[in-house]
Amino acid sequence: MLIHNADRRMQIYGALLLLPAAVLLGTFAYLPTVATLINSFFLPGFRGAPPEFVGLENYAMLVEDATFWKVARNNLLYALGTIPTSIALALGMALFVNARLPGRGLVRMAYFTPTILPMIAAANIWMFFYAPQIGLFNKLLGALGLSGVNWLGDPGVALTSVIVMTVWKEAGFFMIFYLAALQSIPPELKEASDLEGTSRWSFFWRVTFPLLMPTTLFVLINALINAVRVVDHLFILTKGGPNNATNLLLYYVYENAFSFFDRTYAATITVVILLVLAVVATLKFTVLDRRTHYQ
Amino acid sequence: MNARFSLVLGKLSKANRVGAATVAGLLAAGSLNAQAQTELTMYYPVAVGGALTDVIDGLVAEFENEHPDISVNAIYAGNYDDTRVRAMSAIEAGEAPQLSVLFSIDLFDLLEQDAIIAFDEVIETDEEREWLDSFYPGLMENGRIDGQTYGIPFQRSTIVLYWNKDAFEAAGLDPETPPETWEEMAEMAAAVREASGGEQWGVMVPSTGYPYWMFQAFAFQNGHRLMNEEGTEVYFDDPAAIEALEYWVSLAEEHEAMPDGAIEWGTLRQNFLEESTAMMWHSTGNLTAVRNEASFDFGVAMLPMKEQRGSPTGGGNFYLFKGASEEELHAAMTFIRWMTDPERAAAWSIETGYMGVSPAAYETEALRNYVEEFPPAAVARDQLEHATAELATYQGGRVRRALDNAVQAALTGQMSPEEALKQAQAEADAALRRYARSR
Amino acid sequence: MNQAISTHRGRLAWRVPSLETTAAWLLAIVWIFPLVYAVWAAFHPPAYMVRFDLLAPLTLDNFSDAWVQAPFARYYLNTFLLVTGVVLAQFVVCTLAGFAFARFPVPGRDVLFMLVLIQLFVFPEVLIVENYRIASGLGLVDTITGIGLPYVASAFGIFLLRQTFKTIPRELEEAARVEGCGWMAILLKVYVPLAKPTYLAYGLVSISHHWNNFLWPLVVTNSVDSRPLTVGLGIFSAPETGVNWATVSAATLLSIAPLLVAFLLFQRQFVQSFLRAGIR
Repeated sequence: MLIHNADRRMQIYGALLLLPAAVLLGTFAYLPTVATLINSFFLPGFRGAPPEFVGLENYAMLVEDATFWKVARNNLLYALGTIPTSIALALGMALFVNARLPGRGLVRMAYFTPTILPMIAAANIWMFFYAPQIGLFNKLLGALGLSGVNWLGDPGVALTSVIVMTVWKEAGFFMIFYLAALQSIPPELKEASDLEGTSRWSFFWRVTFPLLMPTTLFVLINALINAVRVVDHLFILTKGGPNNATNLLLYYVYENAFSFFDRTYAATITVVILLVLAVVATLKFTVLDRRTHYQ
Repeated sequence: MNARFSLVLGKLSKANRVGAATVAGLLAAGSLNAQAQTELTMYYPVAVGGALTDVIDGLVAEFENEHPDISVNAIYAGNYDDTRVRAMSAIEAGEAPQLSVLFSIDLFDLLEQDAIIAFDEVIETDEEREWLDSFYPGLMENGRIDGQTYGIPFQRSTIVLYWNKDAFEAAGLDPETPPETWEEMAEMAAAVREASGGEQWGVMVPSTGYPYWMFQAFAFQNGHRLMNEEGTEVYFDDPAAIEALEYWVSLAEEHEAMPDGAIEWGTLRQNFLEESTAMMWHSTGNLTAVRNEASFDFGVAMLPMKEQRGSPTGGGNFYLFKGASEEELHAAMTFIRWMTDPERAAAWSIETGYMGVSPAAYETEALRNYVEEFPPAAVARDQLEHATAELATYQGGRVRRALDNAVQAALTGQMSPEEALKQAQAEADAALRRYARSR
Repeated sequence: MNQAISTHRGRLAWRVPSLETTAAWLLAIVWIFPLVYAVWAAFHPPAYMVRFDLLAPLTLDNFSDAWVQAPFARYYLNTFLLVTGVVLAQFVVCTLAGFAFARFPVPGRDVLFMLVLIQLFVFPEVLIVENYRIASGLGLVDTITGIGLPYVASAFGIFLLRQTFKTIPRELEEAARVEGCGWMAILLKVYVPLAKPTYLAYGLVSISHHWNNFLWPLVVTNSVDSRPLTVGLGIFSAPETGVNWATVSAATLLSIAPLLVAFLLFQRQFVQSFLRAGIR
């Protein structure tokens, strides 16, 4: 009886400890998620009129909205463009910095520094590079006698320009995870393989790379999330243009909600983003967590 | 506490002290003065270069000195779109400003959101009614609907042609003669391009930021209006509009006088100043900044013509917001009248290049002298008689975006002008239908 | 050549890393170049933006221009208040929740914990539209609290602290209890001190995140009174304003300087923190 009471007290005490977090998460995560879903079934009210329930009309509009499909496709290309490149670069950087290298500290700092800059600041700096005519890249090309590229103004190039900047910003962050993983690989493995005369190349592919697999998955998840969540640079670089060539899902949500005053259509697009994130989350909780057993 | 705000308070209390000291006998007046302090909040945008925020802050401080019973918290909120977003968000949060300077074409969106009231509701005297009619009618077009006035012109502009006289001379053109027609502009631009050996572009028309605005100029020069007055229909895929876009595209494609791809609105002035283009189309709001920074001789002209001359007006109007008390509305009116008074309008025009908003402004000594000394300052005004209202419809954000995308798609070679405009028409129709559906 | 390789194996072993070294250094130079360039642009007159001349005159004018053209002092203050407020509030809320998850038999604990973890994916940025409505309903629009509050119950913080608390041996707790400590005292005297490295790591990560955060602050702030540096910088340097690039560079450096300097001074701690916080 006494023990039971103590248990009960523990439970209540624990629940109280959870309360602040529960209230905040409820207010800013669960409630808005549910509200987003509900709102996606309404039309916005204009001129003070109440919103009107329209069932799946917003979703029908979404399916027919060529811009939405373009933006979704951009986001996919953006993910495909940023993720493998930054992961490969991050791994390369980690291998460089993990080896004996003169000025290793400086090199590591150079790789990592972009990580701590705000995306907005990074975009400002890259804006100078990309500006046509007077920007640095085109001045350099001009000095080499080549004609300039309209880095952000040509729809064929603009998304790539945005991707390049993003890779620059992200690779250093992923590097540190690889670096940590590399340092945890027992040196005996290397010694053993040296004795066997394994080449560095095959040692990397047969030993190091598989051992880094959990890290790669972890970095992959992070990169996927970032590909959806970070659109800050678009505000400076392109505003999603030209002709939506660089528009991404979350930026399109922002436009619909705050420039076009169409909150319910914005909610509809948000639902799509939430579905994408649900897939990423499932990937993480099933594949990644089974491999790393961190619990 | 906000540094600026406390600065304002400091200044006010000082003004009050001085007032109380000088009118020592009139204690009643002094306390009335302190009591009747009305606080106003307004958002305002800056869309072209130059330290315009300083100019506004200076004007506000001067106003507060003259009207110690009113304090104005003027908030700079970015470009026109940003400012509209900020003002609307403040309204939603229950902190509606009493007045703001917003895009003249936001009228329909603001009505759609039920955010603003007409000046007619506040105005009482005949003298005030006269004031309402004291502005250039062309600038009132975007501010009036159903016989009600919602917008008072403030930072208003038209598009003008800036040309680099030195570059013209170097290309063997008459430096004093700007192009009069579409053909001339294309020829002159191509001539500059050729004479410079590809070092310098002939002309740049910005196609980010406000592409629909530039396109409207081309279309209107070709005799075509893009929307109806009620803001419920648009006519983007009319043959005249298609022809206008084809001409714009041909400047790069055919005449090779303009770079391919989108041309950035924000950096265009820099491009002109760095002489990477001999001509640019830009807001007259850039004029003073160009004048201050140009290291070469330049001129300003009306835009060239096809069927007719023409430019849309552009820029920001004062609006009054719902929810303000009667007292606040009167204070807001006092402020708006003060800001748009001919002397101030003249000073503002000289500081920035924006137009003096009333004929009276151009009759002030300051602006008369300025125009005499610097004739380009009058071009925007003179062009006003050829001006048309800026593209404004319900669902304005989406409709403009549809047109912006079409312009960019055509200029970057993704679509033919016809395809692009047909698509824009369909998108705009869908947006307008969605609005009509929920109305 | 072939012969050279086989006969001078030693030299080859020395030479191959040198190729790597070159590559590593080249990449490092490419990576740091944008920042170096921003510094160059900020400290030289605008005329030298794309003209590299070692003898170009240095100037601080760009900084003073930026400083007077926008209320950066106020932005600094806002960012500082935001970052300290968020981090402290996160420490409190996440400590309590982490402690509960680590030590208390709350009914349905595992389900609740999974619910918390969902927030790792459904973060405030994705929900800007609804969060904006909620913030405005609570009167939080245009306040620093409004910028920070959605981030206070951080799933990430709760997770990290739970993991850390779980590794702390129960014997320490028992010892404290014998001395007559209640739960709060145990938390404060045993768990919190032992989790110091986690707090440091999480704190640094959180500081950099909130110093750099943009989208939500942009949406929820309306005026100078609450705008943090990133939003102020974004508005200041939007291409529309046509502000001179040298000035924008200076403003950019102004905004990143405190964090950058802190990073350069405490590089190791930063990297370690990002690592600890990331690896989980």
